[in-house]
Amino acid sequence: MENNKSTLIVFSGDLDKAIASFIIATGSAAMGNQVTMFFTFWGLNILRKEQYVPVQKSFMDKMFAKMLPRGPEKLGISKMNFGGLGAKLMKYTMKKKNITTLKELIEMAKELDIKMVACTMSMDVLGIKKEELIDGLEYAGVASYLAEANEANINLFI
Amino acid sequence: MNADKVLDARGLSCPMPVVRTKKAIDELKPGQILELHTTDSGALSDIPAWAKTAGHRVIEQSEDNGVYKFWIQKG
Repeated sequence: MENNKSTLIVFSGDLDKAIASFIIATGSAAMGNQVTMFFTFWGLNILRKEQYVPVQKSFMDKMFAKMLPRGPEKLGISKMNFGGLGAKLMKYTMKKKNITTLKELIEMAKELDIKMVACTMSMDVLGIKKEELIDGLEYAGVASYLAEANEANINLFI
Repeated sequence: MNADKVLDARGLSCPMPVVRTKKAIDELKPGQILELHTTDSGALSDIPAWAKTAGHRVIEQSEDNGVYKFWIQKG
């Protein structure tokens, strides 16, 4: 029972999938499991700070930085997003129904000592610097993920 | 039933009832009892499932006007 581990790869940067990821992660931590979340590709957008952080970037990296959403409030939903309107409506209805927000879930994940890891290769691809991501992250690659997954009995790719 | 602690999780949605219950029970000693109030209907199967996995025991539960109450003994 003790020392059970769960890992989640958060590949998607869609609001709905991010919420699902964090619900499973916090739920698993509440069950007493040690949880690690790996954020890769679009999933990194969930971890971006909301405010603009001035860092040196190439032209392409600047384009990415402009076009990709900055943090949990800016994410779109995977279906019926309608240029962001869908995400707004979704957040509105979730608030009315008192559903926990993604921001609150991220805070809860930190409180539950969930390990959040940013994939450094994806950071390179998208030109995202450590300074642009929220505090309290670890940085690693595929071998670290596989080592964790090997010891875990729940491994999800979202 | 006498509880050592009461947790009001009414109005909270999944996964918060389970997460808050975990945090509350962490503060108790083994054998002590937590009384939980929640309005999440999913808790009916979630709380027993959580207790089983986390090693605690649901000793009593009831429903009163849409509020589900659980008495959980820390394992």
